[in-house]
This record gives sequence, structure tokens and C-alpha cells, in this order.
Amino acid sequence: MVKNILPALLLVPVLAFASNEIKLDPAPVNSYDTISLQRGVHIFVNYCVTCHNAAYMRYNRLQDLGLTEQQIKDNLMFSDAKRVGDTMTVAMNKNDANDWFGTTPPDLSVIARSRGADWLYTYLRGFYRDNITHTGWNNTIFPRVGMPHVLHELQGVQILKTEVLTDAHGHKHEVQKLVLEKPGTLTPTQYDMLVADLVNYLVYMAEPEKTFRMQLGIYVLFFLAIAFIATYMLKTEFWKDVH
Amino acid sequence: MTKKLTALLGWIDERFPLTATWKTQLSEYYAPKNFNFWYYFGSLALLVLVIQIVTGIVLTMHYKPDANLAFASVEYIMRDVPWGWLIRYMHSTGGSMFFVVVYLHMFRGMLYGSYRKPRELLWIFGMLIYLCLMAEAFFGYLLPWGQMSFWGAQVIVNLFDAIPLIGPNLALWIRGDYAISDATLNRFFAFHVIAVPLVLLGLVAAHVIALHEVGSNNPDGIEIKKHKDPNTGIPLDGIPFHPYYTVKDMVGVVVFLIVFTIIVFFIPEMGGYFLEKNNFIPADSLKTPTHIAPLWFFTPFYSILRANTFNFLWVPAKLWGVLFMGLAVIIFFFLPWLDRSAAKSIRYRGPIYKTALTLFTISFVILGYLGLQPVTEIRTVIAQIGTVIYFLFFILMPWYTKIEKTKPEPERVRW
Repeated sequence: MVKNILPALLLVPVLAFASNEIKLDPAPVNSYDTISLQRGVHIFVNYCVTCHNAAYMRYNRLQDLGLTEQQIKDNLMFSDAKRVGDTMTVAMNKNDANDWFGTTPPDLSVIARSRGADWLYTYLRGFYRDNITHTGWNNTIFPRVGMPHVLHELQGVQILKTEVLTDAHGHKHEVQKLVLEKPGTLTPTQYDMLVADLVNYLVYMAEPEKTFRMQLGIYVLFFLAIAFIATYMLKTEFWKDVH
Repeated sequence: MTKKLTALLGWIDERFPLTATWKTQLSEYYAPKNFNFWYYFGSLALLVLVIQIVTGIVLTMHYKPDANLAFASVEYIMRDVPWGWLIRYMHSTGGSMFFVVVYLHMFRGMLYGSYRKPRELLWIFGMLIYLCLMAEAFFGYLLPWGQMSFWGAQVIVNLFDAIPLIGPNLALWIRGDYAISDATLNRFFAFHVIAVPLVLLGLVAAHVIALHEVGSNNPDGIEIKKHKDPNTGIPLDGIPFHPYYTVKDMVGVVVFLIVFTIIVFFIPEMGGYFLEKNNFIPADSLKTPTHIAPLWFFTPFYSILRANTFNFLWVPAKLWGVLFMGLAVIIFFFLPWLDRSAAKSIRYRGPIYKTALTLFTISFVILGYLGLQPVTEIRTVIAQIGTVIYFLFFILMPWYTKIEKTKPEPERVRW
């Protein structure tokens, strides 16, 4: 048993290194763009909360984004949530999830804090058709992911093409490239913007008080700057006697 | 009114040494007047201790030490408890800043020979406080019940496994189970919130009492008690701690709070060093993270552990690692007796000690950096060189401090 696991464990650092090599696309996140966040939460409840929980996020917290409770109830609460103070949970059976995806979809409340915005932005744009997985979808930065491409109607169908390029020194390099095979209802630019809104929302949801925290921090620093002047003058005054 | 207050004070003083304590500990406790930048970190350590206790008490009101609820209760604190996010970030930042402040405080001791006679016990109490802090950080880090909490604890507890004969049973006894589990979480909570803090507070009291008994050292490393005013008996180079050092330390407190505020309000994760990315994933005993790094303040010792890669004298490499890691901490206790220099302060020592301390500091920092990184062949070699320098600093100290010619110490403090 142990002997079988050992070679696999030895490979782990190699694999980790390999996955690091994939370049992440920087996510255009702006926590102060309320309109983008509103679009983001709309996509989130329509496409994500069908399978994923966000069990620490309450619907009424979305008032942060300039929405009223009534707007939240009317436009964003489709799942089994009963009250506006409920958290974003889905009533998907764990066993069903295991049958369908081979795993339980992770909770997304703090996913932006564990994965990072850039990873999510790259991941959600990195799905491609591949018959080796049982969902028929694969992903460039999450090989053999259990999740199917939920947004494929919007993005269209990508495939991974391997091109052989020859550089100036005559060396041949294999380059893998995502190519849009069948367009979706959105143009590639529109799709990137939609994913950006979604990631923006995921970042907000991971730490809803973040913008308030930073604003408050400015006031605290301002207070401390005054406190510094006061204490420094007090110290100088007392230390005049020390010769 | 004043008369009544004086009467009240008199009533208390007949029953409790209030005025006498105030005088001996503060208003008539004479400290050298030449304290510099390095002397802020003692009072700052006390400040962080208070921050940790107060925020810790509030966190305990909302936190659930239960493997099924712990992770969710931390997010509940972050979202639903009014000002919970602030309390939690203050506590997580305070944990790391405690070590920043204590490392600088210890380094001060090494710069000016503050551990030398008659302050050996003072140093030992300080080292015991440092051990308590390490235990406190280790137990506390399991509580958020994220992936790094779980696997970090797993790695450390497994180290006890390496001890011959009693190892496996000791590890089992610490965990309270065959794996890190709910039982472990519950006992770590008990240790973190009451057992260790109780010992810590006692040690801090002992540290301060010992300090006030022998008096503070200073950047010149000379005793101010040698030159007293013949009439009053007050050291000529001493000034009352209160008000002079209380007002001076207030400036230090404000500067510290500015740094603290910048971290708490703008960069609470501190790039993943204070709050790690993987700790936002709930603990999962079936998914081992690809790279497990301990918290940054343990990494020099973790590097020393990993640098031991040889099975030697029938002792496996892992056990050597555990031994050397333990020794790397314990060896600090012996500093007062390893140092044989004629001068205490680095100001009056020669180039040998200055070089030795610089090399030691560099190797400590490099070992700390390497402890955060995945192992490679070259990194292991560097860690081995660093480990050798680390230990040579202590082992050769009796020799190189004795042979080195020192400059004459001044009679009175330089001011």
C-alpha cells in the first residue's frame, strides 16, 4: 500500500511545478464598480447557485450592492431559499452530486480568497471540448475537472489546438492554444466581460466588508497621525529635563 | 475632594501597598536614560499581549470548537458578527506581530548583552515566554480548521512520532485520536484559550519582576547602579520610568499602531504570510495540499528540521531533524553562559563578535525564507550550510568571545 503511494507522492511537487507554469490572465477586478457587481451576482445566482453553495453569504447582504430587499427577492432568489436573510444554499443531494460530477461542488463563499481572482478568471475562460472526461469538457488550468462548462451557450465551444512553431534558432516548440470552434451567443470580448463581472462578484462575496474596511482604515490612520504628533510633543516636553 | 481622595488612598495603603508599588515599579524605578530604538519592543510586546487577550475573549464568544462548525463559525464572525471582521483581523495580525516584536526584543538582548550577569534569570523567563508563544501560535493555528490548520498540525504532531519508544503513543496522546480530529480541535482550543495564556501571564509577571529587581541594561552594557548620587542613592544616569519612559513608549505605541493599522485594514493576509490562501479551504483529511509550509515565524526551525537528511549513527534522519530543531530553540537558554566576552554591548566588542552575529542573523533569515519554499536539492544544501552557521554561532561562542580583545567600556552611559 505504502509502496504504491510513495511514487505518486514523489510526483506531487513536479505536478505542482507544472501547474504553476500556466500563465494566469489578470482579472480586471474593481470592487467599487457596483454595476459590474450587480451583473456579477445575477450571473452567479443563475449559473452557479444551481450546484454550488455559498453557505456563508446571506441574500440580504446584497444590499451592499445598492439593491433593495424587494429587488433581491424578485430578481435573485430562485433557489429554495425562503427568506431574504437566508444564505445561498442549494438543495442538491450530496450523493447525486457525486454521481454526476464525481465530487461535491465546493462552496464558493470564499473561493476567491483560496484561488485568487486571476485563477478564477482564467479557469472560467479555459474550458474546452475533450472526450477523455465523462462530462465532455476539460480545462486548461484544472485538468480533468469534474465541472462541465456551464457557460458554453454563452461562450461557445473551444478546442485545444497544438501548433508547432519554429523560432529564430530553428528550434521547434509545441504551443497549445484555445480556439473557438463554434461561437456562442456572446462575442469573445463580451464573454470576457461577463466572466470579469462574475469574478468581481466572487471577490466581493469572499470578503463583503473589504471596501468599508479600507475606507475606515484611512480614518484610523488619520487619527493615529494626530496621536503621533500629540504624543511626540508630549515626549519632547517631558524630556527637556533630561540632561 | 482632594482631601477625601488622599484619605481613600491612605485607607488603601494601610491595607495594600498601592502607593509603594507605584513608586517601586514606576515613578521611582530608575531606568538608564540612554535607551534607543531597540528598547521599544518590550512595552510593545506587552501591548500586543493585551490586544491578543481582549480580541481573543471576544472571538471565543462566537467561535465554535467543533470540527463540523469551526470553519463556518469563523466566516460567521467575519460576516455576521458586528465588527467581527475587525476583531478577527486584529487577532490574526496580532499573532504574527507578536513574533515580529519578540524577535526584535530578543535581538536587542543579543546586541547589548542583556542576558549577561546579573540578568540570566530575566533572560530565561523571556525564553520561557517565547516557548509559550510558540505553543500558543501552534494551538491557535488549528482553530480556523482550514486546510493549512489541519495539515500544519498533522506535520508538527507527526514529529513527535520520531521520538524513540514513546513517540507513537505521545503523538496519539497529543491528538487524542489516531488522526487530527474533533478531539484534537477541542483540546487545542482548551490549551489556546486558557492553559497556555495562564502560564504566559505568570511568566510575564516573573519577567517584569526580575527586570525591576536587577534593573534594565542599556546600549552601553554598563551598570548605572555603580554611580549613585551620594545623598539620594539614585543612579546618576537613571531617570524615573514614569513619566519619562511612559511618555516615550506612548510614541512607540502610536508608531506601532500605524503599522498594525496598515496591515489590519489594507493587507490583512499580508501576501499569504499572516493568513494563508489554503486556509480558506475547509480542512479535508483526504486532500493533502501539494505544499505545506508552517507559519513564517516557525520557518527557520522548520528549515533546520528538513536540512537533516542523513541517517547517521543508527539514528534516522527524521529524528536528527527533530533533535536539531529542538536544540536550535533550547540553545538560546544557554547564551548567558556561552558568552565570555569582557564587554556586554556590541559597541565595545571587536570585529569577531560583530561578524558572528551578522552571519547568525543572515543564516536565521535565509533559513526562514527556505522554510517557506518547497524542497529542492540546492535549497537543501543552502539550508545545511545555514544550519551549520546557526549552531557554530553558539558552540564556538565561549571561544571566540574569550579570545577577542574588547574596547574599554565607559564609566558612565554615552548620552
